[in-house]
Amino acid sequence: MKKLMIGNEAVARGLYEAGCRVVSSYPGTPSTEVTEFAATYDDIYCEWAPNEKVAMEVAAGAAIAGARSFCGMKHVGLNVAADPLYTASYTGVNAGMVIVVADDPGMHSSQNEQDSRHHAMASKVMMLEPSDSAECLEYAKKAFELSEKFDTPVILRLTTRIAHSRSLVETGERTELELKEYVKDPQKYVMMPAMAKKRHIVVEDRIQAQVKWAESSELNTVEYNDTRIGVIASGICYSYAKEALGDKASYLKLGCVYPLPVDLIKAFAAKCDKVYVVEELDDFIETHCRKNGIDVIGKDVFTLQGEYSQSLIAKVILGEEKPTLSTDIAIPGRPPVLCPGCPHRGLFYALKKLKVTVSGDIGCYTLGAMEPLGMLDTCICMGASVSALHGRNKADGSNAKKSVAVIGDSTFIHSGITGLINIAYNKSDSVVIVLDNSITGMTGHQQNPTTGYTIKGDPTSAVSLEKLAAAVGINRVAVVDPYDLKTTEETIKAELEAEGPSLVISRRPCALLKYVKHNPPLTVDADKCIGCKMCMKIGCPAISIKDGKSCIDFTQCVGCGVCTQLCKFDAITSKEGK
Amino acid sequence: MSVKSIMIVGVGGQGTLLASRLLGSVLVTKGFDVKVSEVHGMSQRGGSVVTYVKYGDKVSSPIIEKGEADLILAFEQLEAARWLGFLNPKGKIIVNTQTIDPMPVVIGKAEYPKGVLEALKKSGADITEIDALSMAVEAGSAKAVNVVLIGSMAKHMDIPYEVWQDAIKETVPPKFLEMNLKAFDLGYNG
Repeated sequence: MKKLMIGNEAVARGLYEAGCRVVSSYPGTPSTEVTEFAATYDDIYCEWAPNEKVAMEVAAGAAIAGARSFCGMKHVGLNVAADPLYTASYTGVNAGMVIVVADDPGMHSSQNEQDSRHHAMASKVMMLEPSDSAECLEYAKKAFELSEKFDTPVILRLTTRIAHSRSLVETGERTELELKEYVKDPQKYVMMPAMAKKRHIVVEDRIQAQVKWAESSELNTVEYNDTRIGVIASGICYSYAKEALGDKASYLKLGCVYPLPVDLIKAFAAKCDKVYVVEELDDFIETHCRKNGIDVIGKDVFTLQGEYSQSLIAKVILGEEKPTLSTDIAIPGRPPVLCPGCPHRGLFYALKKLKVTVSGDIGCYTLGAMEPLGMLDTCICMGASVSALHGRNKADGSNAKKSVAVIGDSTFIHSGITGLINIAYNKSDSVVIVLDNSITGMTGHQQNPTTGYTIKGDPTSAVSLEKLAAAVGINRVAVVDPYDLKTTEETIKAELEAEGPSLVISRRPCALLKYVKHNPPLTVDADKCIGCKMCMKIGCPAISIKDGKSCIDFTQCVGCGVCTQLCKFDAITSKEGK
Repeated sequence: MSVKSIMIVGVGGQGTLLASRLLGSVLVTKGFDVKVSEVHGMSQRGGSVVTYVKYGDKVSSPIIEKGEADLILAFEQLEAARWLGFLNPKGKIIVNTQTIDPMPVVIGKAEYPKGVLEALKKSGADITEIDALSMAVEAGSAKAVNVVLIGSMAKHMDIPYEVWQDAIKETVPPKFLEMNLKAFDLGYNG
């Protein structure tokens, strides 16, 4: 029977069926579940790597050793892994190597909206793009075949709506493959100038061969209906266009988005009166068409921003809009917030009292930027909090006594360590705070090198942040419990005043972890509450004001007691007394 | 059959994902082509969340756009109002009467609008109200709000009661099964 799977689960099933043996990834929405589902198959060795660069190098090593391998990441993760990608393109593979990169048009959970197709072109690596979960499975298998056929890594590009939409998938059996023999070949695998010059020629020849393949590949399909409108699309945009236009248009669906065919597109365009390129984000296919003298309509009528939809396409191409209902009430926004009981809340409140500038990073704690905490000054990319704080303090030494960096445990391992080494090595007076919640939080609770467990839940060694700091030359290390507001504030204050760099570890497990026991919900004694709103300053979604008094939502409160410490009138108590 | 579109809207943490998964699996057993679109990651942290479920002979796009939803199941009043424009004017909206203040309201930067249910009715929408929180508490846990709401939605769909029960049995851990079945029943018959 067919099964309903999100695209990521279907990719994982494809890896399994294709005989993939080694998977190494770093979590990142919307790519994370590919690796989580792959880890449910005992026939695949699976791991969380410290970052995407390591993951891609692990996959490259495994492929060269003769095992079909995989690594998965979100779009910005491919920037981190770009270094090995661009040269693995030169070495090629031995057994197949497949990479998932998941773009996030509309930025549901990302800091930018980059279009990873540019990476495929720049690294000269073939890229496929499925349009539903069934194709996720099929293309994952096909990607391994193409990887071996053309001796190249192959990228499978997903977008959020493909990665996280469920559709029906027919599963098959696993093909068990022997390890391919590894033959020592420095001319192919040792990339230094003399060898790399020759390999670059191989790469360019490979692209030409792939273009020829793309002209007649079964992944690039043509469907002729009414030829007054022609649509060139790939991935989710193909599905949107089909729903919006149905038989009113003809379609060229590109399953392979790099390299792109030329003659196939020319022949399609010649048969249609008007040809639209429907692609989210950049004008990647459109530019290719124009470069080859094919007249198409693209970003002059479609946006460069956000996600597309069937209604956007119907509006732009057909000028049609559906009737809607509306109300005249003003609807306040509902931005995401730190969860009730989140350990980051207490830490940010302490920082707010200290009035410091905060160099921020990527994770749940980025939400500390939102009101009423409003405590982030910058957020750029993974690890940037630590390095950018150092830059800030070197630019103006007076910043050092009133600035900190905040970074999560997983993000710190990913790329904060190198920044911390830079702080020690280049003698900056910087205070770095690791928000150690014992898990990779935002992406949905993945293990990491600090947690002591592997992706399969097996116990393993754990990085000691305290010892690591000492080993790189940070002599001042302090550990605080962010639920204890007073000690947290005093400790950070002392480290800001002290000479030399410090590492503060704000340690308390994520409140959503299953093993974390919650206290009974707190309640407000209406007789004692004077409605001063002190407890509202921490931005807890469980607390609101009803009839001038604080009120705690029993369905949300986990009894963390942070608000209790703010109440000067002892009005907040647990039901059991206090 | 032409494609039917159902939206499940609410606040991150209310269990909308479980509801859409359960609905999706029920529709698959009935032999439909099904697409379900979810949002993971940052939006789940107490933000406004929406999942789309579409089914029929052949579904192309997994998402639902303005004026397209045949049914909206709203877990919270304000979210019902936020997504009203997505309802097909001939469609139906089921609204949990529970209210959850968004952060701009909590910190006094905005007001929770008064008379949301009246405004929804005035818009011309076919609206059904349900106090799912009270029913969930009656069933044994405030966390079962989502299952009560699935029950209230199931009543408006042409799928036998037993099929829903079986899906709940497959989705929910055994120790919470009895409570969830009761929650479903309260939503269905309440």
